[in-house]
Amino acid sequence: MLPDLLIALTMLSNFSLVATSRVSKAIQFAVLQGVLLGLMPLAMGLGRHFHIVLLAVAAVTVKGWLIPFLFRRALKQVHIQREVDPYIGYTVSLMLCALGTGLSLLLAHNLPLKPGTEYVLMVPASLATLFTGFLLLVSRRKALTQVVGYLVLENGIYLFGLLLVEDMPALVEAGILLDLFVGIFVMGIVINHIRVAFDSTDTRHLAELKD
Amino acid sequence: MSLYLLALLAAAVSGVPGLFLRRRGGEVATGLLGLAALLGLTASFRVLAGGSGGTLALRTAALGAPGLLVFDPLAAFFAIPVLVLAFCGSLYGLGYWESRRGNTPALRLVFGWLTASLVMLVAASHALTFLLAWEGMAIAAFLLVMAEDREAETRRAGWIYLVATHTGTLILIAAFALLARTTGQYGFTALPAGLAASRGGTILFVLFLLGFGFKAGILPLHFWLPPAHAAAPSHVSALMSGVLLKMGILGIARLLSWVPDPPLWWGGTLVALGVLSGLLGVAFALGQHDLKRLLAYHSIENIGIILLGLGLGTLGKSQGNPVLQTLGYAGALLHVVNHSLFKGLLFLSAGSVLHATGTRDLERLGGLGQRMPWTAAAFLAGSWAICGLPPLNGFVSEWLIYVGAFRGLGLGRQAWPVVILLSLALIGALALACFAKAFGAVFLGLPRTEAGARAQEAPRVMLLPMGLLALACLAIGVAPLFLMPALGRVVDTLGPAGGSGLPSLPGLGAISGMALALGLLALLLWRWLRPGSREDGLPTWDCGYATPDARMQYTASSFADGLVRGLRWALWPVVHRPKVSGWFPRPARYEGHVPDPVLDRAAAPGLRFGVRGAALLRVAQGGALPVYLLYVLLTLLVLLVWMVA
Repeated sequence: MLPDLLIALTMLSNFSLVATSRVSKAIQFAVLQGVLLGLMPLAMGLGRHFHIVLLAVAAVTVKGWLIPFLFRRALKQVHIQREVDPYIGYTVSLMLCALGTGLSLLLAHNLPLKPGTEYVLMVPASLATLFTGFLLLVSRRKALTQVVGYLVLENGIYLFGLLLVEDMPALVEAGILLDLFVGIFVMGIVINHIRVAFDSTDTRHLAELKD
Repeated sequence: MSLYLLALLAAAVSGVPGLFLRRRGGEVATGLLGLAALLGLTASFRVLAGGSGGTLALRTAALGAPGLLVFDPLAAFFAIPVLVLAFCGSLYGLGYWESRRGNTPALRLVFGWLTASLVMLVAASHALTFLLAWEGMAIAAFLLVMAEDREAETRRAGWIYLVATHTGTLILIAAFALLARTTGQYGFTALPAGLAASRGGTILFVLFLLGFGFKAGILPLHFWLPPAHAAAPSHVSALMSGVLLKMGILGIARLLSWVPDPPLWWGGTLVALGVLSGLLGVAFALGQHDLKRLLAYHSIENIGIILLGLGLGTLGKSQGNPVLQTLGYAGALLHVVNHSLFKGLLFLSAGSVLHATGTRDLERLGGLGQRMPWTAAAFLAGSWAICGLPPLNGFVSEWLIYVGAFRGLGLGRQAWPVVILLSLALIGALALACFAKAFGAVFLGLPRTEAGARAQEAPRVMLLPMGLLALACLAIGVAPLFLMPALGRVVDTLGPAGGSGLPSLPGLGAISGMALALGLLALLLWRWLRPGSREDGLPTWDCGYATPDARMQYTASSFADGLVRGLRWALWPVVHRPKVSGWFPRPARYEGHVPDPVLDRAAAPGLRFGVRGAALLRVAQGGALPVYLLYVLLTLLVLLVWMVA
């Protein structure tokens, strides 16, 4: 019951993510999503495994505290509040996101699951989150919003990984978190460097770097 | 086995101390390579004398087959030229390369790696170790070719080499995968009888021939070879030409050793490729102006001779004729060692010429014989051997193939013994013409440039390895009888044929006697004909002119012109010949060169076309990150839908 609620909230936060134009709102939604997913293993009743509890605590700490902290610092440095003039408008994004969610439900319907899995919503939700992350990456212009896109993408992968959390060694899970942390860290540096080099965080300028 | 492994280790780390030592790093590296040679040669001789070689195997069959390295007689035999040339090359490099500026420690390190890869490759008995060593060898050689990457020509040669070698490796990976599917394991084992004649056997043979052919420089696949050999430092060229190419031959030999019943056309193909490589290799060598390119084309020619021997042996094997099999394989394998000795010698002496004069252009060299007598003697010895003249070693191996082909004549109406005999004879004659040109243009006559006139003899550290190689050539040429028991054991690994019959071959003792007699005769002639005094001051080329100068002598091009023009139909020389007319013609310039048929006429234009086609794909490279991500998303979507649907 509780996991299904969390998954539903995750999918709802996907829609809010693509529909918002405020950068800080998008960050908040991404963080919320991360914390929700961080709590998922506990909600799934896996609290008896020590390493899974550890994993959940780590996920919540990184996604709920460290990443927002890094984002706030980056926001302070680059002074932007709104994603103006995205490649794909908000209404269209919302529709595409809905389309992606529908498609993932359809796809997940055909994907064979391990027999006896109770969380049938997990796969479509993870696919939908993946699509949302990609949509954000493709349609947004500011480097910061793109980082949010990466974050959502990682959330989708994490959700998919939860399906196997009992079988998968904790090492792999920790690897995902570390990956994420490094990604954010590097992007933070990159954003700063784009700003210094081009006096803006608009990723359009990166096109000048092609040979 | 432990000696062999120690040799491998010593070679691999030979360049490491040099990274930390401020000086004497080269001496340490050479010392370590010398140690490796000592250990490895001891192990080799022990195996060749009939001892057991040993195996390095895993405890479990984790990689599909337990055996990784097997030091059998074939491995021991191929290890000899590797170790000898690596040591000689390293010693030579002390004088040749250390005095130049540039990344000396790195060069030494990679030289050690190349040696170690080669040592590992000869004994590899598992597809994985084989390919690992093969790639290590290819990449180390690439780095060595690129040693002087300041020059555009070197960079071009390096990239061509890299593309060619990786194409070969890809084909080999496919071949080994196919082989493993047939035999059920990745270790090297004998193939079941009847497989070779089947369709799968045909595909295997063609794939292996292509993959190994790229490395060996068999004719249509040779195009990387001349530029790479010309661009590499000379001691590296010696190792590449002497040993690296032979690894392709090793591969073919290994393949032949697995097959109990090769079909007749396998041997025929090998003979045909041998004729092609041998004749065209020497013909293209005739048209070269660059000393090292000329030597590189001669490597192709000698690979052709080796293939003739292998083809002869394979024909004997498939016809169940042990005499032909033994003679062909023995000639081919002995020529492998012989070629690495005399080609190493030639490349090292060419390096001394380059070192002294700064040019490899035959038209700008000349008259070095008086200024560099030892180098001239070394080059002469190498030329003598490569032309297959007694009493040096080139004669012995070619003689074995000749004898085999003559025995083949008695087997009835077959064309191939005649083809082998005729092409061997033609190759020998053309090689003689080519080396008459090379030796004459470089060492005889008058110097054509200022640098040539000021040339000095190479330092002793460079002359020593040349002397060692020349002595080895002489020893094999004078006393071939002592080699035959060992060679018989090696030939036995290529199929049970009774290689032990080799020592009783008639005429081997006569070769020694004849060699000694010839040597004595040469010594006497030299004593008699030596000019009493050189004080008369007459130049070598006088031609009856009152004031002869260097421009009146034969150039390399003019010497070879008749033959090149006669072989016009095969070589397609490009000649710029202005018309000279009138009573007082203006100064004119004559120019001619022989472009490589595969590289310059097929591969390079084809590649340029491909690059132009690939430029169309640049539309997809918009530079915008979201667009790239869109590609990823679309791929993901398509894959998902494809998987589910």
